[in-house]
Amino acid sequence: MAILVQFVVGLIFGLGLIVSGMSNPAKVLNFLDIGGISAGTWDASLAFVMAGAIAVTFIGFNRVPRRARPFFAERFYLPTRRDIDPRIIAGPAIFGIGWGLAGFCPGPALTALGFGSVSAVIFVAAMSAGMVLARFIARLPSLTRFVTPADPLET
Amino acid sequence: MVSTSFTPIASLVGGALIGLSAVLLMWANGRIAAVSGIAARLFPPYEDGEFAGRLAFVAGLVAAPMLVLFVTGSLPAQTIAAGPAVLIVGGLLTGFGSVWGSGCTSGHGVCGLSRLSARSLVATITFMATGVATVFVMRHWS
Repeated sequence: MAILVQFVVGLIFGLGLIVSGMSNPAKVLNFLDIGGISAGTWDASLAFVMAGAIAVTFIGFNRVPRRARPFFAERFYLPTRRDIDPRIIAGPAIFGIGWGLAGFCPGPALTALGFGSVSAVIFVAAMSAGMVLARFIARLPSLTRFVTPADPLET
Repeated sequence: MVSTSFTPIASLVGGALIGLSAVLLMWANGRIAAVSGIAARLFPPYEDGEFAGRLAFVAGLVAAPMLVLFVTGSLPAQTIAAGPAVLIVGGLLTGFGSVWGSGCTSGHGVCGLSRLSARSLVATITFMATGVATVFVMRHWS
């Protein structure tokens, strides 16, 4: 049952990406293209996607964690770190370059697989390799001496 | 460059669906809907017993266009201008950077910002800035 619910949650997320137009990298790139503001080709849609999503999560994330526990889990797993470390700037800086190159971030890239696009398969394969590499490097002993926790996903 | 039309209503509605999905995941599993974290954990090392649930979430993401095709009989426009080399470099950087920075557009941009996380605000401003800079270089410097 919990598995089925997570499938439906992913399905709703994917439908949101499609309805909002974010499954189309051209729309994402046209948002990031500030040179298009004066040229009249700028597409502000992505800002509206963020606004629509945050409006719902702002209310939902305020209410839901007040419950005793999640429906299918023992407790809530909310990020607790508050420090601004080098990684919270370096990681997104690298991610943003990749995002600007192809117009895909991880969610839309995975949804694009369902469009049957070969380009999406290439991108997702490379993205997966990048993810595995980042987790591997983060776990190298020489790095864990300076950076805690070892796994960036744990924050 | 392919021009696209501004779709404020559809994007607001689609955004709300993304938000609803994130709230549902929090309600059901108590976890943040961070696509990069969910996708990255499909690969070893495995640290908890949540693999099946994560795979189901990703399967839902992939199944969404198939549902749209089944219900409406067509898929919305999707233009991928990047060639194989750009896709590979872009994919590597996207995967590496989103894990290195503990999140992507969903984890930091949507979930983190709505939780008023300073880390997510820094992350979101940073990837927006380098994304804008990259598109600027790609489109206007060549």
